[in-house]
Amino acid sequence: MWRDHARRLLKHGVPPERVEWRVRSAQDDLFAEGEAVADVAAGAGGTVRRDCLGLLRRILCHTSEDRFALAYRVLWRSLRQPDLLRVATDPDIAAAGYLARQIRRDVHDMKSYVRFREKRSPGSNMRHFLAWYEPEHHILELVAPFFSGRFTDMNWLILTPKGSIAQDDAACVVTREVCVRETVEDETEQLWHTYYRSVFNPARIKLKAMRSEMPRRLWKNLPETDLIPEMLVAAQRRDFVP
Amino acid sequence: MKRTFSERLAILSDAAKYDASCASGGTEKRGGKDGKGLGSTERSGICHAFTPDGRCVSLLKILMTNFCIYDCAYCINRISSGTERARFSVEDIVWLTLEFYRRNYIEGLFLSSGIIRSSDYTMEELVRVARVLRLEHGFRGYIHLKTIPDASPELLAEAGLYADRLSINVEMPTEQGLSQYAPEKSAAGIRGAMGHIRQRMEAATEKAPSGRKAPRFAPGGQSTQMIVGADAATDHDILSSSSTLYTGYRLRRVYYSAFSPIPDASAKLPLIRPPLLREHRLYQADWLFRFYGFDFQELTAGRPDGMLDLGMDPKLVWALDHRAMFPVDVNRAEREMLLRIPGIGPRSVGALLSARKHRTLRLEDLERLRISLRKVRPFITTPDWRPVRLTDRVDLKALFAPPPAQLSLL
Ligand code: SF4
Repeated sequence: MWRDHARRLLKHGVPPERVEWRVRSAQDDLFAEGEAVADVAAGAGGTVRRDCLGLLRRILCHTSEDRFALAYRVLWRSLRQPDLLRVATDPDIAAAGYLARQIRRDVHDMKSYVRFREKRSPGSNMRHFLAWYEPEHHILELVAPFFSGRFTDMNWLILTPKGSIAQDDAACVVTREVCVRETVEDETEQLWHTYYRSVFNPARIKLKAMRSEMPRRLWKNLPETDLIPEMLVAAQRRDFVP
Repeated sequence: MKRTFSERLAILSDAAKYDASCASGGTEKRGGKDGKGLGSTERSGICHAFTPDGRCVSLLKILMTNFCIYDCAYCINRISSGTERARFSVEDIVWLTLEFYRRNYIEGLFLSSGIIRSSDYTMEELVRVARVLRLEHGFRGYIHLKTIPDASPELLAEAGLYADRLSINVEMPTEQGLSQYAPEKSAAGIRGAMGHIRQRMEAATEKAPSGRKAPRFAPGGQSTQMIVGADAATDHDILSSSSTLYTGYRLRRVYYSAFSPIPDASAKLPLIRPPLLREHRLYQADWLFRFYGFDFQELTAGRPDGMLDLGMDPKLVWALDHRAMFPVDVNRAEREMLLRIPGIGPRSVGALLSARKHRTLRLEDLERLRISLRKVRPFITTPDWRPVRLTDRVDLKALFAPPPAQLSLL
C-alpha cells in the first residue's frame, strides 16, 4: 500500500527525490488505495490538513503512473509548508489539481451513467438490480457511498473491470477483483427508450453540446444511445418550417 | 381505442419537452441509511443523459395530462391544437418515477399539467402525486412541481411541503407579449403567485418569535421560463425582466427557451428557426449576472438595438466597449476586475487570488491554471507580459468561437 510505504519513508525522513515509485503492472493491486490515508503522517512529526488528505485520496485513485510519486511529493512538501495547497500555480499542486479534477469528472460520470437492470429474483422479498459500468480510474470506494445512500430499499450489484460494488440487506461491499460483463434483459428499458425519444426536440440539434456532456466512450454501455442515429434521421425528415 | 402505457408516455413527455428547466440541485441534502424508502439528493444535481438537442435529461419531465382548457398560442397543448391527447393517473406517474429512479435514469420528477376543469382541481392532482411519492413510498429524490397560477394558497402550501422546487412560467418577457399570446393568463396573476411563493420560502427559513419553525417550503427555490423570439421583445427587455425576477422575486433560475416551431402551430406565430444562438447569448448574459457580478443593464447598454451581439460572447463585447479599463494587472487587480477579463472564470479567479499571496504571477503560472493565454493576453499584464495595444473587434473575434449563421426564413 502506498500509505504504508509513504509512512515509513516519512518516518525516516527520506525526501521525494530519493524515492522511485514503480508499478509492476497496470493492474497492480499492491498499490490500490482502498482504505483511508488519514494516518499517513503519523509519527512523522507534523500534521497533514484535511483538504490535503482529500487531495491525496483523489490522486491515488488515478491511473496515471506518476500518481505515487506526485502524492508523496505533495505530502512531503505540505508537511514543511502547510499552506502549499493554496498555491494553485505551484507545479505539483497544479498537476495534482488536474488529476483530482479528472477523478471528480469520473466520479460524476459514474453517478450519472450507471444503468441498473432488474434481475428477477423469485423467492426473495427484495428486488435485485445489476449494472455493468467501465470507470476510467479506481474510484469505486469514492462513489460507493453515493449508491448506498440512494438505492436503499433494493439489492444491487455494479460490476466493473476495476472491481465491484454490491449492496444487500446487510451491507455495502467494494471489491477490487476484475469482473466480467454480465447482462440481463429488463422490459422497463423500453419505456426509457420511449421517453428518451419523446423528450428530444427535433427542431433544435446541438450535437456538440451532447457529445461534450456525454462522452463517446460511455455510449457502448448506455441503453439509449443506440437510438440517436435513427432520431437524427427522423428529425431531418420532419419539416417544421414551411 | 385505449392507448398503451408506452403510447401515453410518448404523448405526455413530448408535450412537456418545451419546458427547458431540468435542474435537480440546490435543495437540502437527503439520503438514507436506515434501509427504508428510496433516494437521495446531491448538492449540484446530476444529468443522467443528453439528447441530440443538447439538453440534459435529469428528471422525468412529463405532463399529467395534455388536455387543456386554455388557448396559449405558443403551446402545443392549447385547446385549439389538433395534437393527440392523453392522461396519466396519479398511480401511473408514481410507478414510473420509482421504476426510472431505481434504474438510475433520473434524479426525480418534474411534473406539470395542462389545466383541466379548474386550477384547483389540476393543482390538487399534482400535489397528490408528490404526497404519495413522499408519504407512501418514502421517496427522497427530487420533485419539481409546476404551479398553476390561480390555485388556492392551501394547495400551494402543501405543494411546498413535498416539492424541492416550484415554478410558474412567465412565458413572455413582456406583458404585451403575454396578453397577445396567452389571453387567459394575466401577468399580474403570475407575479402575484411568485411573490406568494417567495414569502412562504422566506418564512420557512426563519424562526417565528414563538420559536416554532414554519413548515418546510420548497428548499430548492423557484424558477421560471421565458420564450425567446416569439414576440417583439428585445434582449434588453428580456434581461430587464430577468433582473426583476432575480432580485424582486428571488428566483433561483430563469430559463430562456428559444421559441421552437411546434407541429400544428397557431397562425399568430412567426415562422422562424429556433433562435438557438440568441438563446445561448442570453444564457451567457444570465451567467455573467449570477457568477461574475455584471448588471444586466451593462450588457445591453452599449447596444443600439437592445440586442446582444450574436457574433461575440457578451463578456468580450463588454471588454471591448470598455477598453480603457484594460489591460488588468493580474497581480494587483481586485476580484471584481479579474472576473471581467475575457477568458478567465470564477474558479481561476479564486486560484489566482490565493496563489498571488505567495508569489508574483507570471504567464507560466496562468498556463498552469489552464487559462488560455491566447485569449487573455490582450487584456492583462504580468511582470513578463504587456500587450502593445488592445486589438480591435475583428482580430479578437477570431479568438472566440466562430458564429454560426442564424436565419429567419421570412
Ligand atoms: S395553460 Fe397554456 S401553456 Fe399551459 S398547457 Fe394550457 S395552453 Fe399550454
